[in-house]
Amino acid sequence: MRSPVTWWNDPWRPPRILLAVTFGYLAWSLIPVLIAVIFSFNDGRSRTVWQGFSTRWYFGDPVKSVWHDAALHTALFQTLKLGLITTLITVPLGVMFAIGIDRWRGRLPAGANMLMLVSFVLPEVLLAVSLLFVVTTLPLPIKLGTGAQVLGLVTFQIAYPAVLVRARMATIGTQYEEAAMDLGASPLAALRRVTLPMLLPAIFASTVLVFADVIDDFVLVRYLSGSSSTEPVSVKIYNTARAAPTPALNALATLLLFAALLAITVGYLVYRRMTRGDNTAGGGIAAFAGEA
Amino acid sequence: MTLTEVAAQAKPQSTRARGSALGPVLAAPGVIWLLLFFLGPLYVVLAIVFGRTDPIFRTAVPVWNPLQWNPSQFNYVLSRIVGSQGIFGPALLRTALYVLVAGLLCLLLAFPVAYYTARLSGRWKGLLLALLIAPFWISYMMRMLAWVNLLQDDGLVNRLFSMGGIFDVRVHWLTGQPVVVVLGLVYGYVAYMILPLYAGLDRLPQSTLEAARDLGASRFASFWRVTLPMCRPTIVAAVLLTCLPMLGDYFTSDMLSASPKTAMVGNLINDSVQSPGQTGQAGALVMLVLLVAVLPMFYYVRVTSRGDTAS
Repeated sequence: MRSPVTWWNDPWRPPRILLAVTFGYLAWSLIPVLIAVIFSFNDGRSRTVWQGFSTRWYFGDPVKSVWHDAALHTALFQTLKLGLITTLITVPLGVMFAIGIDRWRGRLPAGANMLMLVSFVLPEVLLAVSLLFVVTTLPLPIKLGTGAQVLGLVTFQIAYPAVLVRARMATIGTQYEEAAMDLGASPLAALRRVTLPMLLPAIFASTVLVFADVIDDFVLVRYLSGSSSTEPVSVKIYNTARAAPTPALNALATLLLFAALLAITVGYLVYRRMTRGDNTAGGGIAAFAGEA
Repeated sequence: MTLTEVAAQAKPQSTRARGSALGPVLAAPGVIWLLLFFLGPLYVVLAIVFGRTDPIFRTAVPVWNPLQWNPSQFNYVLSRIVGSQGIFGPALLRTALYVLVAGLLCLLLAFPVAYYTARLSGRWKGLLLALLIAPFWISYMMRMLAWVNLLQDDGLVNRLFSMGGIFDVRVHWLTGQPVVVVLGLVYGYVAYMILPLYAGLDRLPQSTLEAARDLGASRFASFWRVTLPMCRPTIVAAVLLTCLPMLGDYFTSDMLSASPKTAMVGNLINDSVQSPGQTGQAGALVMLVLLVAVLPMFYYVRVTSRGDTAS
C-alpha cells in the first residue's frame, strides 16, 4: 500500500485539477437541463417540488398539456416549420456561395467572404432590429410573420454551411477537380460529378446543424413574428417563464430538445457512414460539428 | 483548425489560368442575399436614425437622401449617456462591466476544460467533445428556463443551501441580482468559447512542449512561457467570438432578473424598439453597439485569417 503522500506526489498521476474542473463544468452545464427534463414528467403543477411521475403535461391533461393546448402546439409547429423552410433555403445558398467564392478571384469575393464571417460574430439583436425596421417601414410584400422570420434566419445562418463547405474544400484540395478537367470535363461537369459528391458529407452535416440551430433561435424570430400564432417555442418560453407556468413549458422544451437530439444523432450517424474509409474527412464528432 | 480559420485562409485558386465564369455565377445568389438582407437593412437603420418622426402617429419616417439627414435623434441618444441627463450611461457601463467579467470567467473556466479535452483525455475525447457540443443544440431559452426553475424561492438552489432544514435560506435570486445575471451570461456563452479553444489547443505541437520540459522548465514555467504564447491568437479569437454576441444580450437579464437594475444595452434597445416614437432612439442605440463592435469584429476576422502563428 502506498502512503497517501506518495499517491499525491506520484509523478505519473493523472491531471487531477483539470479533471475536477472538467467534470465540474460538465455537471454544472448539463444537470440543470436534466432536472428541467425530469420535472416535465411531474405529476403536479409545480416545477420545483416532485410530486410523482406522469405524462400529463405531454398528452394526459385535457386542457393544459402540449397535445391539447392549442397555443403550445402552434408554437411547436411554427418552430419545426421555420426549421425546415430555413434549412431548405440556407443550405443550397450557402453551399453555392462557398463554392463560388472559392473559384472567384479578386477583391469582391474577399469582401463578400469577410461580410459572411462578420455575420457570424454580429450580435443577433442588431440584425433583428434592422430587419424589423425594413419590414415595418418599407412597402415590401413581406409582412411580419413566417416570411420575415425566414428572411432573417437565412441571413443569420448562411455563414454556417458556407464555412463548413469551404473548410472541407480546403481539405480536399483542387487535385480531383483538376484531374477531371484534364481528362476532358468542363468546369461545370467537374463540379457536378467530382466535387459535389465529395462535399456531400459536409453539406449533409451543415443541413443538420443549421436545422438544430434554427429551431433554437430566439432574438430574430421574436422581433420578426407577427401575431402570436407565429411565435415559436423559444418565444413562448421567454414570455411565460417568469409567470408561474406549469410543467407543460418544460414538456415543450423537452420535446424541442428531443427533436434537436434526434436530428443531430441521425445526422452524425449518416455522416459517419458517408465518410467511412475517407481519411481526409476526420470522421469524428469534431469534424461533424466543424472543429476538426 | 477551426472552420472560420480555414475558410478565411483558403485563398481563391490562383493556379488555374482559365478564369471560369462559374465562380461568380454560383456565388451571386449568396452575395446578393447578403447585400439585400444584411447590408441593406443597416442602411435602413441609418435612414431611420437620421430621419424624422411622424408628428401624428409617432412612427419613424426614414429619410433616404444622406444630404437631408437630421442628426437630432442620434444627438439625443448621445446626450443622454453622460452628464445630468445620463439615463443611458449606467446601462452602457453595466454592459461593459458584465461582458468583461463574464468573458474573464468564461476564459478561466473554458481554458482548463479545453486543455484537458484536447490534450489529456485520451480515449474519452469523443464522448467529452459530444458533451461539450451538447449546449449548442439545447435551446438557450431552455437552459435559462432550467435555471429560472432552480433559482425560484422554493427551488432546488435554496433548498440545497438550506441543507435539509438546518438553515432557512430564502434568497430571492431572481430579482435584480447582478451576480445571477453575470453567472447566467457565463452559463449561456461559455460553450462558444470552449470549442475554438479546443481546436487551437489541439493543434499545438506536442514536441515543442516536451522540448520545453526537457530543457528544464518546470510545469508552470513551460505553460506560462511556451504554451500560452503559442495559443495567444486562439485565445483572442475565442474571447472575441464569445464576447461580441454578449453585447447584444438582453434576454438573460430579462429572464433571470426582470429588473432595470441589471439592464444592459440590449435591454435599452429592446425597450425602445416597439415603443411608439422611440424607434429612432432604438436605431441610434443599435448604431452605437455596432460602432463599438465593428473594430473587434474586423480584428476577429483578421486574426482568424492570419491563422496559427506557431505552425
